[in-house]
Amino acid sequence: MKAIRLLRRNFEHGVHPAHHKQQTEDLPIQRVPFVKDYVMPLGQHIGVPARPVVAVGERVRRGQLIAEPGGFVSTGLHSPVTGTVSEIGDFRGVDGRFAPAIGIEADPFATQQVDAGAAIDWQSLSLEKFIEAVQMAGIVGLGGAAFPSHVKLSVPDGVKIKHLLVNGAECEPFLTTDHRLMLERPEALLEGAEILRQKLGAEETVIGVEINKPDAINIIRQHIQPGQPVRVVPLKVKYPQGAEKMMIKSVFGKEVPAGQLPRDVEVNVNNVGTIVAIADYFLRGMPLIERVVTVAGPGVTYPANLIVPLGTPVREVVRFCGGLKPGTREIIMGGPMMGRPIASLDVPILKGCSGVLVFTEEQTVGRKEYPCISCGRCLEACPYFLNPSRLARLSKARMFDEMKEYHVFDCVECGCCTFACPSNIPIVQLIRTAKDDLTHRKESEE
Amino acid sequence: MKKQDPDLLLFHAPLLRQGMTTPTAMRDVLYALLPATAAALWFFGLSAVLVLGSCIAGAILAEWLFADRQARGESLRDASGILTGLLLGLTLPPGLPMWMAFLGGFVAISIGKVIWGGLGHNLFNPALLGRAFLLATFPIAMTTWVPTGGDGGFLSIYPGNLALPFMQVQVDGVTSATPLGMLKFDHELTPLTSLVFGNVSGSLGETSGLLLLLGGVYLWLRRDLDWRIPVSILLTVVIFSACLGLVDAARFPSPLFSVFSGGLLLGAIYMATDPVTSPVTPRGAWIFGIGVGVLVMLIRIFGGLPEGVMYAILLMNAATPLIDRYTQPRVFGRGVDSK
Repeated sequence: MKAIRLLRRNFEHGVHPAHHKQQTEDLPIQRVPFVKDYVMPLGQHIGVPARPVVAVGERVRRGQLIAEPGGFVSTGLHSPVTGTVSEIGDFRGVDGRFAPAIGIEADPFATQQVDAGAAIDWQSLSLEKFIEAVQMAGIVGLGGAAFPSHVKLSVPDGVKIKHLLVNGAECEPFLTTDHRLMLERPEALLEGAEILRQKLGAEETVIGVEINKPDAINIIRQHIQPGQPVRVVPLKVKYPQGAEKMMIKSVFGKEVPAGQLPRDVEVNVNNVGTIVAIADYFLRGMPLIERVVTVAGPGVTYPANLIVPLGTPVREVVRFCGGLKPGTREIIMGGPMMGRPIASLDVPILKGCSGVLVFTEEQTVGRKEYPCISCGRCLEACPYFLNPSRLARLSKARMFDEMKEYHVFDCVECGCCTFACPSNIPIVQLIRTAKDDLTHRKESEE
Repeated sequence: MKKQDPDLLLFHAPLLRQGMTTPTAMRDVLYALLPATAAALWFFGLSAVLVLGSCIAGAILAEWLFADRQARGESLRDASGILTGLLLGLTLPPGLPMWMAFLGGFVAISIGKVIWGGLGHNLFNPALLGRAFLLATFPIAMTTWVPTGGDGGFLSIYPGNLALPFMQVQVDGVTSATPLGMLKFDHELTPLTSLVFGNVSGSLGETSGLLLLLGGVYLWLRRDLDWRIPVSILLTVVIFSACLGLVDAARFPSPLFSVFSGGLLLGAIYMATDPVTSPVTPRGAWIFGIGVGVLVMLIRIFGGLPEGVMYAILLMNAATPLIDRYTQPRVFGRGVDSK
């Protein structure tokens, strides 16, 4: 039975959105030119915001540390350009709220050479020093969550990691950044994975890729040295294949218990982009100052895969892609299933931003909400086997406490239920409202 | 924000949808019922048009009358009212007076749906609630069955259809018992071929088992229906009557007779599967279906009525919230340990 399940390589439930990757999957990654103004929010990762270590008017070089970690769950921040610190203060963030950030004005005459240190002798670093280095390099999960990578690597004593799982599923429609990275930089990917595997003491590296990227699977397999403990596992195309607990189920057939982490089943999961960032830092001394972003969607003139310095305003990225088509109604940062809408084009590209997707009328307005008819499509979509229909009803009635009985906090907001809902009920939003309310109330009680 | 920027909306992700909407699903059920409706016209002529039309008119009037002033057009557009009217009509005898059918449609929507809070909030299947109302109010008219094929072909009308409100119903035409009635009261079996193709007397929609199954397959292909419910109902009925057959094959009907007679297929495929009034969980669907199947057989064999599909479904409708509560699926990662 277990063998059959392993052969099927799948998790249960989930949905099959059209993947819409044709727009950009064959376009090589290109670099966007430098622009004048950059904004580096201090809290662009999950956790405590970073603390500035530069002052207004100070000259900074590209790659120079401009903010240090504000705590353990926090990372360093580096200047994406050579220029001058123009402002340290509140800028409008993705969600429209003001948040502290460092403004940098690029020096138009600088060569924009990276202020990279030498390669780091990672093999002789102790595990603690290695983890600290990852933190200072500002490396976070580049798949979208922007969770500081060093926290994931800090495994408590007695817990052993057997498998390093590299997440190359890229199950979000439209996005092709991981696909292009695997095609164009397979060596860096394998180098980064080897560094992590050795440091974690894992037995093997498993690279999970959805089978709609056969070229990536082939090219990685060609680059694996004989005897290297690396294997590529093709996965069924299904959303959310790239959610780490789903991928662990698909690859190893194991279910991570609720409230626990992948390390509890001896697995460490990292995104392709994150692994490449680790290789770039330890082998080439380059901290996280830029990332690959897919610009696509029906409202963008020339879709592209771009290397964008962090802090570049979305406006400049879109301008580089030929601007917005008339009829643009919404811009999403990230993927269309889990990304966040932006309120203004002046929002900067962040570490967790894998895509800038431009949508028109068809995907936004004109969707009428109907009453829930309990058709059960959301139950069959939810990879966590929750009852979204019930959760949405309870949330509408503001019966948030009752939602805990239905395990509302197990929801990862993947959006499958809302995708599947024929009544267009914003289920994820209703669940999020309840979670926020419950969390705030708990905090104010404490 | 600069002037030339578009006004950006902030719709929450996901922005993609699978494409099916609730009105489409409702319309699918209407399409699935088309063959069976056509068969009703074929077998009962213009009378079928009159009865079905009256039911739908009553349903739409109630829908329009009780809708929010602004939402009037909307509640009609989701097609659920028309569907309720049609489903109710298909459960009625072809010779029923039009005014009763109209009243039935009106009650189905107003008492069956609107007073609960509208679409998605009702506990009982509205069409069956309308039928239960009619059966309780007009027991004679509701159990007066006519044979298929009127004298004058398609254009003939059963005289009962034109009876005026509150007048004594003239049962001067030929009457004929349904297969289940014949079995119960006369111990006479109808041949299976007639049951499958529909040339038997009975409600408008319950005559042809084959066409009802066809519509069910369409709904299943369109993923509009939870296959567990009809499958579990029919399996239960088959197993139940097979067991009875072992006891006394001469006295009890065969499994196939049980499946194709009466309103079982209409009920199992189109009424018990009403998503609003059936359990939402997969395990709940099985329990619900088995419950309906057992109740149908109990009423048919041991009850006072020849047919029990309607009460079986209504009783299980009442149990649905309870079933849902106790059949929640196991949440991913719950009840497993890490090793």
